[in-house]
Amino acid sequence: MTVQLLLVQALNGLQFGVLLFLVAAGLTLVFGVMDFINLAHGVQYMLGAYLGASLAAATGSFWAGLLLALPAALACGLALEWLVFRHLYDRDHLSQVLATFGVILFLNEAVKVVWGNAPLQVPTPDLLQGGIALMPGLQYPVYRLAILLAGLATAALLWLVIERTRVGALVRAGASNRPMLAALGVDTGRLFMLVFGCGAMLAGFAGVMAAPILSVEPGMGDTVLILAFVVIVIGGIGSVRGAFLAALLVGLIETLGRSLMPDLLRLFMAASPARQTGAALGSMLVYIAMALILAVRPRGLFPARAG
Amino acid sequence: MARVLPALVFGLLAAAPFLGLGQGWAMTLLARGMILAIAALSLWLPVGGAGLVSLGHAAMLGIGAYAVVVLDDARVTEALVVAPVAIAAAALFALATGAVAIRTAGVQFIMITLAFGQMAFFTAASLSAYGGDDGYTLYGRSTVAGARWMQDRLGFHYLCLGLLVVVFLGIRMLLASRFGRVLRAARENPLRVEAVGLSPYPYRLVAYTIAGGIAGLAGFLLANAAEFVAPSFLAWQRSGDLLFMVILGGLGSPFGAVLGALAILALEEWLGHLTPHWRIIFGPLLVLAVLYLRGGLVGLIGARRG
Repeated sequence: MTVQLLLVQALNGLQFGVLLFLVAAGLTLVFGVMDFINLAHGVQYMLGAYLGASLAAATGSFWAGLLLALPAALACGLALEWLVFRHLYDRDHLSQVLATFGVILFLNEAVKVVWGNAPLQVPTPDLLQGGIALMPGLQYPVYRLAILLAGLATAALLWLVIERTRVGALVRAGASNRPMLAALGVDTGRLFMLVFGCGAMLAGFAGVMAAPILSVEPGMGDTVLILAFVVIVIGGIGSVRGAFLAALLVGLIETLGRSLMPDLLRLFMAASPARQTGAALGSMLVYIAMALILAVRPRGLFPARAG
Repeated sequence: MARVLPALVFGLLAAAPFLGLGQGWAMTLLARGMILAIAALSLWLPVGGAGLVSLGHAAMLGIGAYAVVVLDDARVTEALVVAPVAIAAAALFALATGAVAIRTAGVQFIMITLAFGQMAFFTAASLSAYGGDDGYTLYGRSTVAGARWMQDRLGFHYLCLGLLVVVFLGIRMLLASRFGRVLRAARENPLRVEAVGLSPYPYRLVAYTIAGGIAGLAGFLLANAAEFVAPSFLAWQRSGDLLFMVILGGLGSPFGAVLGALAILALEEWLGHLTPHWRIIFGPLLVLAVLYLRGGLVGLIGARRG
């Protein structure tokens, strides 16, 4: 274990963290503002990846694919909202969970029917090929660095919109006290649609960006969904700032835990059990962290809802 | 109708082997359905009875199943030993994790139970002595007082049915008792329960522990039915499936859990015969069920009566 390797893993963790943030941001806003549990948020990420992959293949350019996939993801999100979700806002959480799970089953299977079971490969765009030397002996892929920067830029943009614009103020007000916002004459239905569409687009954006480094396959949204839920619960529901910090934390714990734990345990135990226990413990670490945080702060680190 | 429905369904299950469902695949499916119904009932107790929505219930089932594995590996296959150990192990896990989880509520409770479920899942996957990720094939089904009648299809069928009925009646009695009334009151309004001088916490914890024990029993049966146990038994998707059985059946009555489990299994089987892409039909059906079947399957039957 060298310092370089540690740094590479830390960067990987941060890069995974910003991807998680892009998914979790929409999830936490939808949850915080509308009090709506959307399990189908993970499939928006998957849809984004598939749309990006096939549009990139059709146009022959990753960038064209990315640009076309964003409005397509937005359209898919709005269509789902119009077809299913809007009928669920006034229902209890359990109904929402069940119905959105139905949407997951449908879309996961529909993706198999349309694109097949085999994972799709998306080539890294030419512009971002190769590696860059961050320090002597430390080569890091340009594309992963670009994801990290794009994610941070999106987070900054989101922060600006939410903290500095009128729409953002409405969103924050909705997360804090929705009935009051409606009583003040704000059309919460339209606000919901806007938040929902943007959330779907952000998740889709994360999917397109992840496509070249992860395999694009049915069910890829499920793992991300669970981790994104972990993120929003740790961060505090409805809080974008909490989601951002929690996403980086979860990304780091997940990546570093999985890669370092076996080596760490080898200091105390024999190689073979260390590898196994380490792998299990590394995968568990995120959940242990969440259980600890919830045991101490049941409402997460930065709860948005007042009272 | 709603009153005689449980007796009707249990009667049909008892008669099923003689109504043309005596073939191997049908008996396997029926046994699976009854075991899942026990599991769904055990989840109904915290969800429908106490208002605690758990997304880690498959872990309790899996712990029951892994108790069978550990004892099988030690050549202990006597059900009168194995089943109590499976129940106790799962109940203990429920007690320990519930003690922490019940301090939270709502979606935080869902997530913290998910977290504990995932910890159990990854632990099971790392048990290389018991096959790790690949799972473990049992030497054979458990014996009951030395007799091998769990090997017998009919014997196993009636064992599952008998346990299902006992669990169902037990949960109904529990709900009607003073304990059950406090539990339901705390579900409706915890503040008022505290105002009359009762703390919901111990009641919820006991209910959660009982649910864990029943799930352990279901895990014991599931391991014996499949004669195989794998970490995938503990995957969070399994917890989700159980939760959907409970919700689809209807939270208003424990029998909803039984109906939900049987209905989902039957629907999966039937649609699976129609097309390999059966989920493309099943998913929208779930959505429609939520939108138009308020109160679940039990509510549908109740509404028709009135």
